[in-house]
Amino acid sequence: MSEAMVLDRSGIDQLLSELRDRGYTTVGPTIAEETIVYDEISSTADLPVGWTDHQEGGRYELEDRHDDKLFGYVVGPHSWKRFLYPARAVIWAGERTEQGITTLPPEDPPRYAFLGVRPCELAAIRIQDKVFMGNGGPPDHTYSGRRNEAFFIAVNCVEPGETCFCTSMGTGPRAGGGYDIALTELIRGRTHHFLVETGSEAGEDVLAALGAARRVGEHDVTLADDLLQEAALEMGRKLDVHGIKELLQRNLNHPQWTDVASRCLMCTNCTMVCPTCFCSTMEDSLDLSGTTAERVRTWDSCFTMDFSYINGGPIRPSRRARYRQWMTHKLANWIDQFGVSGCVGCGRCITWCPVGIDITKEAAAIRATDGLLDSSRVPIPEVTS
Amino acid sequence: MALIADTQVKLDPMTPVPYRVARLNDELSDTFTLELEPTDRDISFAPGQFTMLYVFGVGEVPISVSGDPGRRGLLVQTVRAVGPVTDALQALSPGDYVGVRGPFGTSWPMEAAEGHDVVIMGGGIGLAPLRPAIYHVLNNRDRYKDFVLLYGARSPQELLYAQELQEWGGRFDMTVLVSVDVATRGWTGSVGVVTKLVGRGPYDADDAVVFLCGPGIMMRYGAQALLDQGVSGDRIYVSLERNMKCAIGFCGHCQFGPTFICKDGPVFPFKDVEKLIQVREV
Amino acid sequence: MSAIEAMLGSQSFFYGMEPDHLATLAHVASPVDYEPGDVIFREGGDADACYLILEGDVGLEMMVPGRGPHVIQTLHAGEILGWSWLFRPYRWVYDAQALTPTKAIRFDAPALRRAKLEDCAFGYELMQRFTEVLASRMQAARLQLLDLYGSHR
Repeated sequence: MSEAMVLDRSGIDQLLSELRDRGYTTVGPTIAEETIVYDEISSTADLPVGWTDHQEGGRYELEDRHDDKLFGYVVGPHSWKRFLYPARAVIWAGERTEQGITTLPPEDPPRYAFLGVRPCELAAIRIQDKVFMGNGGPPDHTYSGRRNEAFFIAVNCVEPGETCFCTSMGTGPRAGGGYDIALTELIRGRTHHFLVETGSEAGEDVLAALGAARRVGEHDVTLADDLLQEAALEMGRKLDVHGIKELLQRNLNHPQWTDVASRCLMCTNCTMVCPTCFCSTMEDSLDLSGTTAERVRTWDSCFTMDFSYINGGPIRPSRRARYRQWMTHKLANWIDQFGVSGCVGCGRCITWCPVGIDITKEAAAIRATDGLLDSSRVPIPEVTS
Repeated sequence: MALIADTQVKLDPMTPVPYRVARLNDELSDTFTLELEPTDRDISFAPGQFTMLYVFGVGEVPISVSGDPGRRGLLVQTVRAVGPVTDALQALSPGDYVGVRGPFGTSWPMEAAEGHDVVIMGGGIGLAPLRPAIYHVLNNRDRYKDFVLLYGARSPQELLYAQELQEWGGRFDMTVLVSVDVATRGWTGSVGVVTKLVGRGPYDADDAVVFLCGPGIMMRYGAQALLDQGVSGDRIYVSLERNMKCAIGFCGHCQFGPTFICKDGPVFPFKDVEKLIQVREV
Repeated sequence: MSAIEAMLGSQSFFYGMEPDHLATLAHVASPVDYEPGDVIFREGGDADACYLILEGDVGLEMMVPGRGPHVIQTLHAGEILGWSWLFRPYRWVYDAQALTPTKAIRFDAPALRRAKLEDCAFGYELMQRFTEVLASRMQAARLQLLDLYGSHR
């Protein structure tokens, strides 16, 4: 554990520059198309300085805060899986020769430094680590190559969003580990600096090389603690996770699935924005000469009709079954498979659902009428969202 | 032969290993058997496992291994042509190459069945993943007690491995009962759904271990008929099937409730999946 | 209890029947033997019996004009052959032919129909058991119709 240190905004610019000198591509939040996304950045000027986001079910808007806060917002539609587990990745390339099929050597993975990783996102990355690297078999090399090279600069959340519920999932608002450097933005009067903590040797090394961090007294640490404790109480949503695995697994015939399916457009937004969703499919292609073939892995979604296709038809033709599959996987089956919940409480699926379906409300509706069967005559409780 | 330089790539489970087509035998109008020779590494497999067969530039499909697990040097896989990749496999000729990944999945519990009566019950192309188990029992015949094969197909022309069925039927250490849904002239065997064969074989329901494979409904009704006969639910094994893209638990397609059929299956004790099988569209 | 009553009582179709019901059955029962190819009954004929197969295989056939006889189901040891005797007009709906050397018990149908009328409990027992057979055969026939083994591409 390091002593209490702070960086100024210029220190963060130096940090980005130091990382680039070390061969990292620096990535962080930036504004594009009126949304805060994750993309390559070169300095803090690229960050959404002085902006905040307002999120609700099916709504996302940016608003000028009229201040200089670098991280005064939460998460947007992108997650870091965009880089660690890209939407399109060549998994295999080979050549056809007279001797048969030969495999072409893979490309070296890029080295990313991520600035602004929220605690829920660190948790999501740890979850994807379990999926791709920790589940008893050989790891997925395209994931592990990038992930093991990545440098993480976390940012603790002092202003939770309206659709956030990381406290319910035990993933925030403070980063519990898994970062190289963690920042907490502190503004007090005219003082504006960032409490900095290191979480790894690499983090210590880089911070030391900057020489830009200076010691501060306990009041900054106390302020950060207070802000984070308050933030934990200000979450926009709550999810009761008590016994939720068993709850959902015993309610596969609950009428709520039919109810939510009547609203769900099967647009797959939730699976695209979710930082832990990992389903993929393979696209095969051949070059024009027919001698080089590629197998490209692309993101897929359990909401599509194609997803469960075998033997002339999909296993899950109904929308009811497909919504049920997503939610029971995320909140229940995931625990059987990986030992942890698949949900980190980031709220993206709520914000980016065009009709504002709210996973916390759907779970609550089922919990409120545990055991109800679709054929029952008991009226379905009204769910507003 | 151009060697794969990078050892890591060689062992990577997403890298297809080249095999050369030695023979392609037509079994039925849409079903054929590939006999593949290794060019680099050979794989050994357990009965019930499957591989991902890759046609260069076209795609991959999961196919059960249906050859003799005791015989190395030849990989035998029976395929049904139902889509672009399997059509492409059917169009191959001896000397062509396919990529093979695997073997994957859980296998028929051959050791647990030792000392018991063994009943193998298949429907349609479901006989293909069961054939390695049949070979294993016959290769180690003295480790098993009574051995019965119950097989159902749509019609006499659609009996898979018809020649072997006859050979097996002629053996004194095995009983073969075959039933078709629809008879044709000249068929003198049983006509009726395959579940009706349960109880007609010379096996002891209290002792029998059953391997069941075929269309989903057939397995459900078959398992029910076996349970009604008194076979214990933890001695009935089924082989389930789902869409697969990676076969190693990363793509998410093959999920059946909390299980990945590629890793936790395809072979399951029936009692483990009995409840979930009854829920529609899981 | 006579030998034939005891034998009937041990068959799974009659398992659990009351002794006096078994006696009624035994009274109208007689053993029959068939060689392969023997016709047991023909479609359209008088449904004057039902049979319990003890040994051998029997094929139920329908004659399809232009296509010849089709075996639609085979029945085996322990199974009941013939339910048309239960319902008017008491005429066989299929042909039945022995496929292998077959031994069966033949029950006289008019006598059974009289016994059902006289003894409601006996009638109920028979109907219960026959209905189960019919239900199970209907389910099996539907599974055959589903063409489960087809590829459906």
